[in-house]
Amino acid sequence: MKFRIVAGSSTSIYRQIADQVARFVATGDLAVGEPLPSIRGLAKELLINPNTVVKAYSDLVRDGIVETQAGRGFFVAKRRQVYSKSERLRRLDEAIQGLVNQAVSLDFSLDEVSQRTLDALQAAYQTISPKQ
Amino acid sequence: MSEISISANALTKYFGSRLVVDQVSFALPKGTVTGLIGLNGAGKTTTLRMLMGLLAPTRGHCEVLGVDSRCWTPEHRCRIGYTVEGHFLYGWMKVRESEFFQRKSFDRWNSILFQQTIARFGISPDQVCGRLSRGQRAGVSLALTLCAEPEVLILDDPSLGLDPISRRALNSTILDFVADGTRTVLLSTHMLDDVERVADRILLMVNSRILVDATLDAFCSRTCMWTVELDQNTIAPNSIPGLVHATQLGNRWQFAVVDSDQETESALSRLGGCNLQRHEGVFDEGVIAYLSRTRDNTSFLNAQTAGAR
Repeated sequence: MKFRIVAGSSTSIYRQIADQVARFVATGDLAVGEPLPSIRGLAKELLINPNTVVKAYSDLVRDGIVETQAGRGFFVAKRRQVYSKSERLRRLDEAIQGLVNQAVSLDFSLDEVSQRTLDALQAAYQTISPKQ
Repeated sequence: MSEISISANALTKYFGSRLVVDQVSFALPKGTVTGLIGLNGAGKTTTLRMLMGLLAPTRGHCEVLGVDSRCWTPEHRCRIGYTVEGHFLYGWMKVRESEFFQRKSFDRWNSILFQQTIARFGISPDQVCGRLSRGQRAGVSLALTLCAEPEVLILDDPSLGLDPISRRALNSTILDFVADGTRTVLLSTHMLDDVERVADRILLMVNSRILVDATLDAFCSRTCMWTVELDQNTIAPNSIPGLVHATQLGNRWQFAVVDSDQETESALSRLGGCNLQRHEGVFDEGVIAYLSRTRDNTSFLNAQTAGAR
């Protein structure tokens, strides 16, 4: 598990951290109940202000991906849905639209795109399902 | 509100008839890192020199650690670390001699910290100051400032001309310095990436005045970008609520707006262009929008934070 951030990017630093944690959780690199890196430790590793890590972690708590245990730090929370069905659909559609735009502009055929997407989805769902 | 370490109150400086610093006011809480950003000649160095008591303000006053900068005792001065622009060192001294020279002026001196800091910049104590590279000079002057274990650090463009490794060393030194939450840093710099990494707050100085005094977070969430495609002949209107700066690239206009609301959106859609889009605030784009505006000097962020106080 390796965090990587870029300053001066179009995504703010705290957003980059939050997105990466969310991705580690989605891919299973961070399992339910596992601790996140400490705020000071991660700030030191990435050479950023600790308050930026605090902001990223509190956004993750708000989104229900991470929970805090007083005095012990931050842990990956049990998966639960904090969004309504329509909001989930909206977010999914937004992500799919990004994929579609890339696929079309990179000039892939429909078969290639759907096969690769399906493979990636199957791989992801296989790593998640045994834990559920 | 937490304890204030550095403050300025209507600080004003004229050099002859030329206004250099115009009614600058701010209050920086203890334990924070503040980036002072502005174009060359905006008045940053003059402001820092007044904070350090090296220049008398024409009007207004400023305090560091609760004492007016014009009446510091030598003991009080030891609590404040300051590095000047350009990292001056006596060229004929060896690094260890410059340490010996500097420590005579201070009550406290942490030699181990000196060794650690120069090691971080890859310098040996036997090197001659005059033969050091710019990055190494920055390392030595930072080390000389830090070893007196000051409670406040005021750095005037410390990253000027530093290579990427020295900049990393500088950032990590600053973060270590404030890590326990009892010490405060104010640095003037042009490195927006570094500010985005290490700072809690920013002060944006344009034409002798502070236009933005906000936390980094508030600045990013309150500034946003709108893009729209307009006819070539359209002249950019100044009547958009919250407009900071408008830039044109061909027929595509970009508007940096603070506290964008429905009125902003309807004013923008009245322009009659197509493809009106909103983009979330990005730190460096927001800063550059503020630095680019010269015509209209009224401040949005600052007026509102001042009102909130």
